[in-house]
Amino acid sequence: MVLSSIVFLPLLFALIVAVWPKQSTLRPLALGLSLIEFLVSLGIFRHFNPASTGLQLVEKYTWIERFGIQYFMGIDGISLWLVLLTTFLTPIIILGSWSSITERVKGFHVALFILQTAMLGTFLAMDAIFFYVFWELSLVPMYFMVGIWGGARRIYATVKFFIYTMAGSVLMLVAIIYMMYLTQEATGTMSASLLDFYSLKIPFVGGTFFSLQTLLFFAFALAFAIKVPVFPLHTWLPDAHVEAPTPGSVILAGVMLKMGTYGFMRWVIPLFPEASEYWAWLFMLIGVVGIIYGALVAMVQPDVKKLVAYSSVSHMGYILLGLFTFNAYGMAGGLYQMLNHGISTGALFLLIGMIYERTHSREISKYGGLAGVLPIFTIAFFIITLSSIAVPMTNGFVGEFFILLGTFQAQPVFAYFAITGVVLGAVYMLWMFKRVFFGEKGELVKDEHHPLHDLNAREIAVLVPLIIMVFWMGLFPNHFLNYSKASIDFLVNNRSNYNLTIHPGDASSVQHAQGGN
Amino acid sequence: MNHSLLMALLILAPFVGFLINGTRYKKHSGNVAGSIATAAMVVSFVSAILLVLDVVAMPAESRRIAVTFFEWMAIDKFKVNAGFVVDQISSIMILVITGVGTLIHLFSIGYMHHDKGVAKYFAYLNLFIFNMLLLVLGDSLLVMFVGWEGVGLCSYLLIGFWFTDKEKAAAGMKAFITNRVGDAAFLLGMFVLFMTFGTLNFSELNALAPTTMESSWLGAVTLGTLFLFIGATGKSAQIPLYVWLPDAMAGPTPVSALIHAATMVTAGVYMIVRLNPLFIMAPNTMMVIAIIGAATAVLAATIGMTQWDIKKVLAYSTVSQLGYMFLACGVGAFGAAMFHLMTHAFFKALMFLGSGSVIHAMHEEQDIRKMGALKKYLPITHVTFFLGWLAIIGAPPFAGFFSKDEILAYTFNSPLGSPWLWAAGALGATLTAFYMTRLMALTFWGKSRVPSSVHPHESPAIMTIPLIVLAILSVIGGWIGIPHVIGEHLGHIPNVWEHWLHPMISPIPGWQAIDHTTEWTLMGVSVGLATVSAIVAYQFYVKSPEAPKKFVESIKPVYNLVYNKYFVDEAYFAGIINPLVNISKNTWYYIDVNFIDKMTYWAGDLMRGMGSMVRSTQTGNMQQYAMYIGIGIVVALSFVIMG
Amino acid sequence: MNSDFINNIGLTHYLVLAAMLFVTGMAGVLFRRNVIVLLMSIELMLNSVNLTFVAFSKFLGILDGHIMVFFVMTIAAAEAAVGLALAVTIFKRFNEVNIRFFEHLKG
Repeated sequence: MVLSSIVFLPLLFALIVAVWPKQSTLRPLALGLSLIEFLVSLGIFRHFNPASTGLQLVEKYTWIERFGIQYFMGIDGISLWLVLLTTFLTPIIILGSWSSITERVKGFHVALFILQTAMLGTFLAMDAIFFYVFWELSLVPMYFMVGIWGGARRIYATVKFFIYTMAGSVLMLVAIIYMMYLTQEATGTMSASLLDFYSLKIPFVGGTFFSLQTLLFFAFALAFAIKVPVFPLHTWLPDAHVEAPTPGSVILAGVMLKMGTYGFMRWVIPLFPEASEYWAWLFMLIGVVGIIYGALVAMVQPDVKKLVAYSSVSHMGYILLGLFTFNAYGMAGGLYQMLNHGISTGALFLLIGMIYERTHSREISKYGGLAGVLPIFTIAFFIITLSSIAVPMTNGFVGEFFILLGTFQAQPVFAYFAITGVVLGAVYMLWMFKRVFFGEKGELVKDEHHPLHDLNAREIAVLVPLIIMVFWMGLFPNHFLNYSKASIDFLVNNRSNYNLTIHPGDASSVQHAQGGN
Repeated sequence: MNHSLLMALLILAPFVGFLINGTRYKKHSGNVAGSIATAAMVVSFVSAILLVLDVVAMPAESRRIAVTFFEWMAIDKFKVNAGFVVDQISSIMILVITGVGTLIHLFSIGYMHHDKGVAKYFAYLNLFIFNMLLLVLGDSLLVMFVGWEGVGLCSYLLIGFWFTDKEKAAAGMKAFITNRVGDAAFLLGMFVLFMTFGTLNFSELNALAPTTMESSWLGAVTLGTLFLFIGATGKSAQIPLYVWLPDAMAGPTPVSALIHAATMVTAGVYMIVRLNPLFIMAPNTMMVIAIIGAATAVLAATIGMTQWDIKKVLAYSTVSQLGYMFLACGVGAFGAAMFHLMTHAFFKALMFLGSGSVIHAMHEEQDIRKMGALKKYLPITHVTFFLGWLAIIGAPPFAGFFSKDEILAYTFNSPLGSPWLWAAGALGATLTAFYMTRLMALTFWGKSRVPSSVHPHESPAIMTIPLIVLAILSVIGGWIGIPHVIGEHLGHIPNVWEHWLHPMISPIPGWQAIDHTTEWTLMGVSVGLATVSAIVAYQFYVKSPEAPKKFVESIKPVYNLVYNKYFVDEAYFAGIINPLVNISKNTWYYIDVNFIDKMTYWAGDLMRGMGSMVRSTQTGNMQQYAMYIGIGIVVALSFVIMG
Repeated sequence: MNSDFINNIGLTHYLVLAAMLFVTGMAGVLFRRNVIVLLMSIELMLNSVNLTFVAFSKFLGILDGHIMVFFVMTIAAAEAAVGLALAVTIFKRFNEVNIRFFEHLKG
């Protein structure tokens, strides 16, 4: 019941918030509830066995028997940290949106909690249809979040975001249905269970695009690639980020993009090993192009938020690159980088939101000399900048290092190109930092009538957990990687014949399962 | 005392100092902040001494204290510990860093007294020491890299310390990004070595080093060491990445002394010496290092001859001296490189602090054209600077003489060296003597050109004491490495330095002992050249101040080229930075906004076009819709009935 | 003759009549413009179906058709009530009961 409660508690919270009568206590209530959710999710550690390579805390019930669709959830080292990232970021987002969301507060928190359920479900669902439900559900609250609380061009951005993602998802749905038929052909009974998908032997023919495995591979890969987003499917991201309200940007960058990379790790690579291997060069190539392209374009952005959005394209390129190395370094680095990006980019968006609340502008050229006016803000921004450009002892370094190491082992050529991202990353972040924080005071900063106030206690409370994580993950990566190592090694070593099993200790919960397989 | 505890104290004391001063960043009292920071340094220094004493007490072949605090990262075969080692090489470094560091902290108390950000300044300074210690103590390349990037970061912060000045902030950024270019190569070097040897641990790497020379350019050892060397060119300001160091003079002067003269910039040399068994097996890399080192030594020295900013002269001098150290590394004289590293740390820190004292006295004036005859106002600064001058031009028996001549002797005699490289080194020494004498002459001697509004005064004791200590070190620092050829004439003074480093240094393959006549000759030639050069400079700038102007007029084009630093910065801007920004802008506008994004519009337009084809059937008339339904039913039914 | 005719009326006759009524009703729905007439025409179509049900019920000797007829009559009554209410509302709002006036579904 652990996972079910983690996934569906936020839905219950959404209900509570929806019927809560008093507007004034809404925010503390939501914060409290999200903290409860976080604590509940920490409960995973009480049951989680880091040495196991299998699925743990499994819950499996028949949902639609005729099609073999199940209510099937499980967790392993790959999804563990993403789940915790989601529950960790939600209270921060609520606290961070304390003063930036002023209209329809209730609706906002309802949307946020529904979104949380959707995201957690995406990470935990082990049945294709069940997964797809959560995957699509996540679009809806995000659509409203950008569309209602967003900036001036919010409708344009949110429609673009929705249609873009939807276009990829429907292809994936087709692929899922096709694979359900394949299970029927193979075993006689239809099943949508991911574990049954894993045991399928899908014919693969190299050299052509029109082999079954390649087609299915691309159907899935496209859906995830749009979500990530990888170059050249990224253009929805800058628009969505710029128009989204701060909490929307944080959750989008922090968690929703990871749904795409998680999809590659959980679905694409183990389901279609031959096709992944055959097309790995393509994905590594777009990963590397994304790294360089994102960094170059980020460098010349006039808007801070857009800059960070493009930097996400660059960072997500690293993750894609790491995953398609198929070795332990690249995969672990990729997974780690997902968490890093969630924390550092999430924090960057929060920081940008804080300064935007004060000046109502994100234009870099209007700033300057902020360091002299807002010291605490500057320190926080600087630490997160360090994490973003992967300075050692921050989390970013660990991820980037392992990704590059893995790439060097798999395809040195790509590593030589990807390494330029190390330099370009520093260029665009530090150049922006210089223009915003150093030099003479810009027009927004020197305004005598509206002196800027440094961060208040609430804002510091928002940032401190993130900053702690930056250093914790940078100094003691083993604390985190030890939980994922077994799963990653298992995936790396058995990629061509991936056979995820249910952890033996979880037999009790499996007994509840009826029908299915 | 327990080694782990000592090691922790050594490393963490500056970090604690950083935290304390960092949280007091708004405080303005320089004395309190400075005392905290200096106290941290003293703790560190004492721990360093205790550790080194323990190392000295060990038998010569196993001098090594290794402490592992925890396992840092471990995935698959890749395992790196937060492990730290004090051995023959790192013990020299920690003594220099904490010792010279302490003196510079002391000096800073006086120098930064009036600055509003003094607590922040000392916090950064302590953070730098912390990172520098990580760099030199790390037992693997990766731990070294942590410090490596960390010192770059502190350098960035301290160069841009007065961040309200756009130029200074830009100089900081330039330093960090130029260093990053090197760091990227450093990463690649680590990857190559890890893929080849399966470890990044120094002692394991050195033990696994091949026993035969690798002649291929693309061999793993050559490639790996070459990448590491590119990393070193960034950190240690060598061609082609030296451009950041002169700009780095934007920072407070004690910072220039600590970071950009004594410690951080020598990290590249230290790294090469650390991995000398690997480097020596890659003769191609060694050749590149030697050539780059010699070229940098000469090039920077020529620029140094033309600069008017007291700190810029010293900066180019540092680049040039670092070139010497790399030249030494390149010819296999790793011990000599370390020796010069240490003596240079003494006299260059001294000269930077001396220049700080001058600048302090001159009310932030750095242009030596507006100085002159300062020796009567600044007697202590003058004397100490004078001793530093003697050391750097290689006057016997000052520190620089021994280290520089050892390098030159090795360059001449080593199978990896050549007379050409020696000639370049000797030329560098000659030029050094010239521009240093010029600096002395224009600053302290000759006629006063001080504007009447400025009243120079000697600095307080807290600033002059470090100068005096460093001056003493600049005089005697070389005596621990007296070459045999001299030592045997002075009652068999042993070469302590060589004995100490001997177990850590790989022998140069094919090395033939140098015969004494050659050694004496080389020594004589270089000292002679330096003396002549110094006398010429003295004539030029003290006796007949008009002569240089005439001379410059006669070689105007060459002078302009050199004075403008060979237009390297401009070339980088025109060749790399501006094109990159333009490409980025065009990529954004033409590719991202107007092509990729437009493609999604085209996809949308395509759908819309298909929709408009059937759009006319939707008239909005319900009865028409009903008729469609009716017709549809009839058609469908007729299929059923007929079929 | 008369009674013979009446006695000889078979299923076909009912079905033909029902079809005629249905087509009449459908023509009304499709071509008339007055909402009231439209509703009446729908009523006509429903009743033609009722007639078919009853006819089949009689000739097959099972009661299902009757049941369906009652069901349809109920629905028809409800539908008429809702439809008339709509018509009245529309008239009040727009002063118009011409169906062509409402073309909001135009694509």
